[in-house]
Amino acid sequence: MRWMWIDRILELDEGKRCVTVKNVSLAEEHLRDHFPRNERRDSKPTHPAPLMIEAMAQTAGILVGHARQFKEKVILAKIGKATFDCDVSPGMTLFFEANIIRMDDAGASTTGTISLMDHTMGSTERRVIGQVDLMFSHIDQNMRGLEFPEHNFVFTDQFFDLMRNSGIAVG
Amino acid sequence: MAMTNEEVFEKVQEVLVDALGVDDDEVTPTATLTNDLGAESIDFLDIVFRLEQAFEIKIEQGELFPDNVLQDEEYVKDGQVTDKGLSELKARMPHADFAEFEKDPAVDKVGEIFTVDAVVKFVQSKLS
Repeated sequence: MRWMWIDRILELDEGKRCVTVKNVSLAEEHLRDHFPRNERRDSKPTHPAPLMIEAMAQTAGILVGHARQFKEKVILAKIGKATFDCDVSPGMTLFFEANIIRMDDAGASTTGTISLMDHTMGSTERRVIGQVDLMFSHIDQNMRGLEFPEHNFVFTDQFFDLMRNSGIAVG
Repeated sequence: MAMTNEEVFEKVQEVLVDALGVDDDEVTPTATLTNDLGAESIDFLDIVFRLEQAFEIKIEQGELFPDNVLQDEEYVKDGQVTDKGLSELKARMPHADFAEFEKDPAVDKVGEIFTVDAVVKFVQSKLS
């Protein structure tokens, strides 16, 4: 079982760029338990930052996996940078854009921006609210010679269903 | 115009600060990447990618950190790097100083070879 933290793939430019979207809904269970409060405002349901990192990892992971026809097992290995400028509430829409900086047999590094569309503002303008830079390992290519199961346990049917539902051809 | 040694060092320092989240003053020439700066295996890939970008060079897999040598049974025996393994490491890493490591070539001490100075010398050799 894997939770998908992106709803749809909007753009996939092979080996270069992937853009996904996530609508934050009050119906999501985690928002019943995540009510942080800070000096600027009282507590309110807020979409947790770690789930935005996971969403970026899924976005960038699809990009990296797709670049090699999902033959590699692409594992998130390092969060190089993760910054967030504002809270995200139910009813808002998040956009995740990942770009490959460098990729070789061993793995890939990506840089990504998170943008927010706040529907209460009455416009469709997207505002950048965060940056997440990641590193992925192609674990079968590890130099320590460790062996992993043959089947690709990273890219499950959930990923391929998401791609199909986004209108992207799968192998 | 060719970069001076100091310029190369400063840029390598910047790469290591960004990749490993350490402070400038921790990145001294003699600091080891693993023991002193806390680098883990994935960090080596990160460092290679960042060096490529910073210096606009191409680094092949295993060129800077040939740790696959240590997976070869011919080169490691009873936790020690064999003479043949040591020769292989020296051949693959002409940028590193093996003087200390040679005294006790234990596999778990191989991290001592990967110093900041070794990275600087490697970059200098690539640039020249």
